[in-house]
Amino acid sequence: MTASRFSPRRLAATFSLGLALASGAAFAANEQYFPLQSYRVGPYAAGGTGFFGGFIDYMQLINARDGGVNGVKLTWSECETEYVVEKGVECYERLKKGLNGAPAAATNPLSVGIAYATLERSTADKIPLITINHGRTDSTDGSVFPYVFPLQLNPYSEVSAIVNYIGQKAGGLDKLKGKKIVTLYHGSPYGKETIPILDILAKKYGFSVTHIEVPHPGTEQQSQWLNIRRIKPEWVILRGWGVMNPVALKTAAKTGFPADRVIGNIWSNSEDDAAPAGDAAKGFISITTHPAGTDFPVLKDIDKQVVKAGKGNLQDPKRFGNVYYNLGVVNGILNVEAVRIAQAKFGKRPLSGEEVRWGFEHLNIDNKRLQELGAVGLVQNLKLSCADHEGGGAVRFQQWDGARWKVISDWVQADRALLRPIIEKSAAAYAKEKGITPRNCAKEG
Amino acid sequence: MDFFLEVLIGGLLAGVMYSMVAIGFVLIFKASGVFNFAQGSMVLFAALTFVSLLERGFAFWSAFAATLASMLVLAWAIERGVLRHLVNRPPITLFMATLGVSFIIEGLAQLLWGAQVHGLELGIKDEPLEFGGVLLSSFDLFAAGTAAALVLALSLLFSRTRIGLSLRAVADDPLAALSVGIRLQRIWGVVWAVAGFVSLVAGLLWGARLGVQFSLSLVVLKALPVLIIGGFSSIGGAIVGGLIVGASEKLAEVYVGPLIGDGLENWFPYVLALLFLLVRPAGLFGERAIERV
Repeated sequence: MTASRFSPRRLAATFSLGLALASGAAFAANEQYFPLQSYRVGPYAAGGTGFFGGFIDYMQLINARDGGVNGVKLTWSECETEYVVEKGVECYERLKKGLNGAPAAATNPLSVGIAYATLERSTADKIPLITINHGRTDSTDGSVFPYVFPLQLNPYSEVSAIVNYIGQKAGGLDKLKGKKIVTLYHGSPYGKETIPILDILAKKYGFSVTHIEVPHPGTEQQSQWLNIRRIKPEWVILRGWGVMNPVALKTAAKTGFPADRVIGNIWSNSEDDAAPAGDAAKGFISITTHPAGTDFPVLKDIDKQVVKAGKGNLQDPKRFGNVYYNLGVVNGILNVEAVRIAQAKFGKRPLSGEEVRWGFEHLNIDNKRLQELGAVGLVQNLKLSCADHEGGGAVRFQQWDGARWKVISDWVQADRALLRPIIEKSAAAYAKEKGITPRNCAKEG
Repeated sequence: MDFFLEVLIGGLLAGVMYSMVAIGFVLIFKASGVFNFAQGSMVLFAALTFVSLLERGFAFWSAFAATLASMLVLAWAIERGVLRHLVNRPPITLFMATLGVSFIIEGLAQLLWGAQVHGLELGIKDEPLEFGGVLLSSFDLFAAGTAAALVLALSLLFSRTRIGLSLRAVADDPLAALSVGIRLQRIWGVVWAVAGFVSLVAGLLWGARLGVQFSLSLVVLKALPVLIIGGFSSIGGAIVGGLIVGASEKLAEVYVGPLIGDGLENWFPYVLALLFLLVRPAGLFGERAIERV
């Protein structure tokens, strides 16, 4: 009888039952989770609601239209940070373990402060930290920062592309010699990040650059703009954030400086930055990696499958297709593509953060893929690698006509060859300080 | 010299804007001894309500009247719901209560009207006007005129009306005022309502300049040194304090900033305020509290 209790058939039956139960459990958890450290209240809620609205709506589109990524449904939950660093860290710790068995793919806090505070934790926990269009410039070097991805555009690329645009306008970079540029920057680490690279570019091309700080939050800028009027620069680069942007434009008008000689950076480029300044913003130029608009096929799909189905995430539907929303959509596209690419290597199943990291490092968005994604003109060509976690480094320029942004240039590329040694030097210093042995990217596939 | 004058006059006009917020603090402190930390949130709530009503098709004056009504309701709710229950509690308790009220108002404002940023045009062009080679902002001049009218109206309210007389009596000696039949709660309600009106005016001017957004509630940070310098209980002091803060911070930023580093505009007024605290703790026009122990 004992033999019959342990007969091979019974064992096989028991094993089959266990397998079925396990696969049932796996089916229940056949989801890929995105922990969202969002901010929907507080001073930066306008950006947070737009960005996370676009991100969530894109994931909803993938679930509704495609049934997920190769059958793996996308899931997410939000934790309110109010853009406060401590809350962002608390949210990270709370969400990093996944949701109902679905593993966390990546974190996307859209906050320089939270990104800095969770950088080392992300590396230790092996969860990619995505800082699209912002973050530490030297995290572009993936050999030192394997889990950090300043996708599309790091701060150095941003100012390099702006200087290249100013050069184009002047008739060539050699014509910049003797010109005067002022940078009006937010008084924070974010605002100061690009000072060294602008000094290098000024030396290289022979223009003079004056850096003028605006103390946070930037509600008063009279003295700064009077100084600018005294300097009489050809261009002002506005490296603002939040309320600082409309106040800069209003004060520029008040002191007689033309708006079409002010170029806003990537965090001075939304409708919320220009519209509150009213007529003073007419003509204001800014860079963008993700133009506003609803004509892109992917936006039309979201509208049809998500918004019109009553599932849109935006409280105010008029914000559909605005700059922050479209950045969220772009971020969604890149995150989902990383999962898709990683699935091709590791299998069509929920993936660990480490596996998704591989997907990010092998992102390759060419024109053909952009066509398939319905995102031509919305997203730039991107090719990432172990060594390069930025991948793009190009921007387009747009101009505010009083009611909306109009794209006025093709993609303008940053001088990435010039920037690369500076980035590597900074990353190497970080590695030395933290005792990190850089990966040998030449050996990584 | 023209540049110096531009910086100086621009600073004075900016100071008037700070005074607009400081006056709201003074009104409540004068009548009840409460340092109302929620003043900035009231500015935000007023501006956000006004602009949201405009966007929903209200005419300017209808939106103004409806917002004023909402500020009166808010004042009534704060008086009934919070302050009435805290009579005779230590000042720190009342301060903490207004801190709590501040967060509630901010949350309520975003819950009701959303988090997006709104533009606000009052029909006054913010273009530079030239006076003898010195550029001045037409909007700043308008704001200064509005502040002057507001101070005049408040002075008349305090000196020429029965309510004003009661307010002054409560400010001088609350117990004596109670003993002659003045209803403290009613006076508090009136003062909070007037502070609500001042918040609305300040909210419209600041909202037209910054855009109506959450950061409006941060303008209180500019009002604090104004209060320390001018005194917590004087409307005239709020104006003078504002002028001193505005002019000194701009001059410091332009002439001292290049020597020791930019960005001192935010903290320089507090250096000045601390110096005043050391030399003249009650501020320029504040009343010295004398207590028998």
